Amino acid sequence: MYKSFLIKYAEIGVKGKNRYIFEDRLCDQIRYALARCEGESVVTKSQGRIYVDFVSEFDFDEVVEQLKTVFGITGICPVVQVEDEGFEKLCEEVVKYLDRVYTDKNISFKVDARRGRKNYPKNSMEINADMGAFVLNAFPTMRVDVHKPDVMLHIEIREKISIYSVILPGPGGLPIGTNGKGMILLSGGIDSPVAGYMIAKRGVRIDAVYFHAPPYTSERAKQKVVDLARILSKYSGPIQLHIINFTDIQLYIYEKCPHDELTIIMRRYMMRIAQELAKESGCLGLITGESIGQVASQTMQSLMATNDVCTLPVYRPLIGFDKQEIIEVSEKIDTYETSILPYEDCCTIFVAKHPVTKPNLNVIRIHEKNLDEKIEELVKTALTTQEVIEITY
Amino acid sequence: MVIDMTDVYFDNSATTKCLPEVAALMTHILCEDYGNPSSMHKKGVDSEKYVRYAKETIAKCMKVQEKEIIFTSGGTESDNIALIGGAYANYRSGRHIITTKIEHPAVLKTCAALEEQGFQVTYLPVDSQGILRLTDLEKAMTKNTIIVSIMHTNNEIGAVQPIEQAGELIKRLNPNTLFHVDAVQGFGKCRIYPRRMHIDLLSVSAHKIHGPKGMGFLYIGEKTKVRPILFGGGQQKGMRSGTENVPGIAGMAKAIEEIFVDFDAKVEYLYRIKERFIKGVSHIDGVRINGPAPRVGAPHIVSVSVQGVRSEVMLHALEDKGIYVSAGSACSSNRSSAASTTLRAIGLEKQYLDSTLRFSFSLFTTEAEIDYAIGCMGEIIPVLRRYQRG
Repeated sequence: MYKSFLIKYAEIGVKGKNRYIFEDRLCDQIRYALARCEGESVVTKSQGRIYVDFVSEFDFDEVVEQLKTVFGITGICPVVQVEDEGFEKLCEEVVKYLDRVYTDKNISFKVDARRGRKNYPKNSMEINADMGAFVLNAFPTMRVDVHKPDVMLHIEIREKISIYSVILPGPGGLPIGTNGKGMILLSGGIDSPVAGYMIAKRGVRIDAVYFHAPPYTSERAKQKVVDLARILSKYSGPIQLHIINFTDIQLYIYEKCPHDELTIIMRRYMMRIAQELAKESGCLGLITGESIGQVASQTMQSLMATNDVCTLPVYRPLIGFDKQEIIEVSEKIDTYETSILPYEDCCTIFVAKHPVTKPNLNVIRIHEKNLDEKIEELVKTALTTQEVIEITY
Repeated sequence: MVIDMTDVYFDNSATTKCLPEVAALMTHILCEDYGNPSSMHKKGVDSEKYVRYAKETIAKCMKVQEKEIIFTSGGTESDNIALIGGAYANYRSGRHIITTKIEHPAVLKTCAALEEQGFQVTYLPVDSQGILRLTDLEKAMTKNTIIVSIMHTNNEIGAVQPIEQAGELIKRLNPNTLFHVDAVQGFGKCRIYPRRMHIDLLSVSAHKIHGPKGMGFLYIGEKTKVRPILFGGGQQKGMRSGTENVPGIAGMAKAIEEIFVDFDAKVEYLYRIKERFIKGVSHIDGVRINGPAPRVGAPHIVSVSVQGVRSEVMLHALEDKGIYVSAGSACSSNRSSAASTTLRAIGLEKQYLDSTLRFSFSLFTTEAEIDYAIGCMGEIIPVLRRYQRG
């Protein structure tokens, strides 16, 4: 029955002269998402609306599922489009539509007509009233409610006439590519993919970095991060995943610094490396999945100590989230199952029994001096030996 | 002499390389002699010949009758048919089952499922070498015991159980009790004769002996009552419905045939390799060997603990050198609960539970590979022991 979708977007509508940029990016992202679906479609924007029209057979559920991954979309409306063959014919089409979509006819409704084409013989008010009457006549059990109708029946009269009443929620946010690029530190846990999702939702392209520590972390742990990045790329568009071999740096810190400060110092080097990569690849900020107080390295003191090495802004979208709230998002975006696979990540392999929870920045800086002899060289090697994987969904 | 050591496979208890002649035969059957043995035409008859020949081969090497062999999808299915099928065919005589704490999950989990169905299961302990004490078995036997299931060779430490004595004991105490032996690790490494050992049910898997995956057989003694657990077209006398996996069956038979040529020499070769390995690694600081003495245990399995090095790390460090082994207990999270049941059953100290690797060799293993691995371990272990958690 449906051949088309009307795409609704919220925030973009209020943009000023840049609006066309946002709309064009949204169209691009819709095309990226629909490329995964069976069937051929055309995405067009006209008069402040985006339409997806299918010119071949397609799988309705599959298309809706993919459209739900496109940031910027607030509503997905499956639309029936008819030619203008007079008002009488239109009313018949509407009755046919209602009959198919609503099996239970004991519902209230309201007709909401919009006349984009002003030469249509009836004005919006007349359409609302006359069509309402026609529908009531066809389905005596239905009733009109102009304040809180069960069904809001939208009739949009343009070149063709669109009929729709179902609005499926989209993910909201802004289209990818309207807001620069960020570098996410992916660990393989639950939090970082969620953080990446949330920043991507604001229209930000994503690149990612993973710190690999063979033989302490396995190939499977690395594969898990690749898998997570792949799920993330469903929403964020293509991701460049940088894989950094961190083992030598980690062992060097282990040798030279107090063990209870190992995690903090290690994280400072991760931030430094991530920042180098970010600058090289044109990222405007770092993104982490940190949340205040979740673990020893995420107390405010620890965050200050790691933040100390960053000159780029660090975006921490989960900072005020509880674990359960993070888990809920990760389940929604489908990363949870992968995140909980039990492979050790590099943050935990040498973790002290009692790591510092309130590190003193000055002390940390002094202890870091112990690394002066070799650390620069090691960081340089880590950067030059990085592996880069292009990830798309 | 420089030898390419990028593929030193010491995980033959997990699975083995398929023999080329086995693969060739299977390809031929898949592409040419692909008939269904149940078909009445020539194609069917041709493929049935492979099945018959396989039964002959297997029956001969164990000195049993051809009709006592049924083909399955592997060790797990064989164990399931033996235990579930055996339990339901004999529950009128009693609802008690005896097994050991060190069985493979295919037995342990099946027993747990039977417990949920109202059967009682006794799990016998083992000694520090991983060997069952016959006195424990004797004490556990009752007139209601319908099945005793004991593995032939333990998959983690290579302990070989006193199957023949256990069989004698079981039949002496209760002639109606069925004796099931999971011989997935033992078959092809030791001679197993069900009749002499009083075995009623014997599980074997093909991919542990250079045959194909997804293939195995179950020996069911002539007088043994077992109910099928799969129903359908009534193949294999109704015992295991489903079109016979002819390529798998023929491939397994070929692998078995191959193993039993010069069998004693082959076993001796495995023991020599094992001893060479044990001798080499024993000198490394922090290394200990678990389980029975080299000549007492299975010829192909060595369990090694390295004090202060987590098995997963050691495994990946060896992997980096092209050496593939298996962690005695796999899993980084949930340390205590995930640790291997066998290692705990032999009373391995806590500090070693998460630091144990299994090396398992095959006839393809060379002395050069063994020496190379010993060298690598001597190199890696001291380094890894320097960096410990905490």
